[in-house]
Amino acid sequence: MTTSTTDATGTDRTGGQERGTGVGSDTAVDLTPDPEHRGNGLRPAATTPEQVDPTEPTSPEPVEAALAVVRSYTDSKVPNVSRADRLRSRQVSDFAVPTGREEEWRFTPLHRVSALFEPAEALSGVGVRVRTDDGAVTVSDHGPEASLVRPGDRIAVVAQASAGVRRTVSVPAEHVVAEPVRVDLVGTGGRGAVDLVIDVGAFSKAVVVIDHTGDAQFAGTVGIRVGDSANVTVVSLQSWDRAATHVGQHDAVLGRDSTFRHVAVTLGGDVVRLDVNVEYAGPGASSECFGLYFADAGQHLEHRLFVDHSTPACRSTVTYKGALQGQDAHTVWIGDVLIRKAAEGIDTYELNRNLVLSEGARADSVPNLEIETGQIEGAGHASATGRFDDEQLFYLQARGIRPLQARRLVVRGFFAEILQQIGIDDVQERLLEVVETRLTDAALADPQTPETRRTEETTV
Amino acid sequence: MTTLEIRDLHVSVTADGEAKEILKGVDLTVRSGETHAIMGPNGSGKSTLAYSIAGHPKYTVTSGTVTLDGEDVLAMTVDERARAGLFLAMQYPVEVPGVSVSNFLRTAKTEISGEAPVLRYWVKDIREAMASLKMDPAFAGRNVNEGFSGGEKKRHEILQMKLLRPKLAIMDETDSGLDVDALRVVSEGVNAIKAETGLGLLLITHYTRILRYITPDFVHVFVDGRVAEEGGSELADRLENEGYDRYVTASA
Repeated sequence: MTTSTTDATGTDRTGGQERGTGVGSDTAVDLTPDPEHRGNGLRPAATTPEQVDPTEPTSPEPVEAALAVVRSYTDSKVPNVSRADRLRSRQVSDFAVPTGREEEWRFTPLHRVSALFEPAEALSGVGVRVRTDDGAVTVSDHGPEASLVRPGDRIAVVAQASAGVRRTVSVPAEHVVAEPVRVDLVGTGGRGAVDLVIDVGAFSKAVVVIDHTGDAQFAGTVGIRVGDSANVTVVSLQSWDRAATHVGQHDAVLGRDSTFRHVAVTLGGDVVRLDVNVEYAGPGASSECFGLYFADAGQHLEHRLFVDHSTPACRSTVTYKGALQGQDAHTVWIGDVLIRKAAEGIDTYELNRNLVLSEGARADSVPNLEIETGQIEGAGHASATGRFDDEQLFYLQARGIRPLQARRLVVRGFFAEILQQIGIDDVQERLLEVVETRLTDAALADPQTPETRRTEETTV
Repeated sequence: MTTLEIRDLHVSVTADGEAKEILKGVDLTVRSGETHAIMGPNGSGKSTLAYSIAGHPKYTVTSGTVTLDGEDVLAMTVDERARAGLFLAMQYPVEVPGVSVSNFLRTAKTEISGEAPVLRYWVKDIREAMASLKMDPAFAGRNVNEGFSGGEKKRHEILQMKLLRPKLAIMDETDSGLDVDALRVVSEGVNAIKAETGLGLLLITHYTRILRYITPDFVHVFVDGRVAEEGGSELADRLENEGYDRYVTASA
């Protein structure tokens, strides 16, 4: 039995960070309440130690790992504040332009998104088109005060104030929208800001696909209201041109007994940073957040999740998977889960996996779990970063499958779990095609891969 | 008629920056229709031989030759060896998450035979092959080796062997971890493949029990990286009774 440090408020925290370009370890945490410790916090278990020795695929013993957690937490000078204390405000003046030393900005290349910090009038660089064949779905414009997002950082608050388009998609109560509603956000090259409201009434069901394409310096806010017992899926595709920048905040508020799924797929853009916040307005709601990202050379793709459990008997899962290849491909995944005192009987699990396909890429993965009540069903997280598994590739090749095809199978398998969540065939196929094209390109460009070696031999 | 010829094979592995020689000059010839059993104590190099022939990157061939019908196997990549007709049934088959058995088998079959199998025959082939190995049809939809029991993994290896129809198969400790019933099913599967295709078999085993079901034509006793004794199936019987003690003592 191990315990973590407990601060004055009785809050147990575990936090870990993995920086991987090497073979990662794979650790899982199970924070199922222990009867002996009921009401006395929970036992944190292993998370990934900060330094992963690339030559040593170790799986640390729980005790050691817990020590590593405490150490990395202490060493990393993370301010000892709860995620609950993080500022949310609609006043631009409440947020200073960040310096890069702030905890929530330390991974982001600020100079590449600096254009997004300054307020402006009605930014129109990104157009919005909503497509639906369902007559009951209403599309309208709203004023700044009707935004559902409570900005959590400088760019979000500027985006909300500077939005050139503010659009609401509403689904009435007790209505099932059969086909996905498509929201196309198309960049035309300049600065753009859009505020979206997705408002789904009680007992209704809808899937909304937000597709970001084109080129832009974009800051967007999306507020999602999930009515009581409603079932809502929001798929956000960051399919930008390579030069685009996108910083966005998605806030979802879940009604009693509702079901919410959020799927973020980030393949395009130069810098993409997406905050996804889930809050519960009543008991019994369930949230699943999925993510898939693939960073090529020079791309910075950052996903920050915050699930705020404030009501009893809710569930949440976060499952993000990423692949990286090429020099200075950088991905960041932050998974914050807060279980407040009132959130009894909840169950939460978050997972992040990264597949590093070449040298020079870097994946940061930081799960954080704050637990203020011991009366829960379960809480856990897992994070792992690794290379292609040579044994998997050997196994497939030993059955006659060529290296490139074997890599495709492995990556396709790696992402399958996430892609299946989208549930829209044409979208899944399009995304899979992008992923496979990238693998082909990389295989041809990377002199270390056997395929290329063989080509050279045949030329000689 | 296929012949696998191994001549004076030396193989090293690098551990802690130091190359260690595991195989110290192996000579072996396996022809179509023949069943060879390689037996030996733990650490004698049996599995190293299997993985070296299949081309696992962990093993470095320092000298010697391996040819399949005169073709230089050692110059081939792992996948080329498989397409040339070699098959390795692994002791520890690897999990491939997210890749279904049916997708995996179809991909492998397409690569090996150079064209996609005709769907209606292929589905039937898979169904029959699975039935003969007493595998649940739901198996095809599961991810490769993920959550398989030991017995299921081994059946899955034999299923691949049956569908891919290699010229020569190496079976690395296929009997390990199998209960009596599973061992019988797997062995019958192998015998059926042999009767059907006439392939050559190189059976690597620590124990003699699989040899009760699959009768070897030749038995080679491996000790310290080379063949210490050769004989017919009677040699296996003797090992059953005496164990490897006399070889180990002799080499020590």
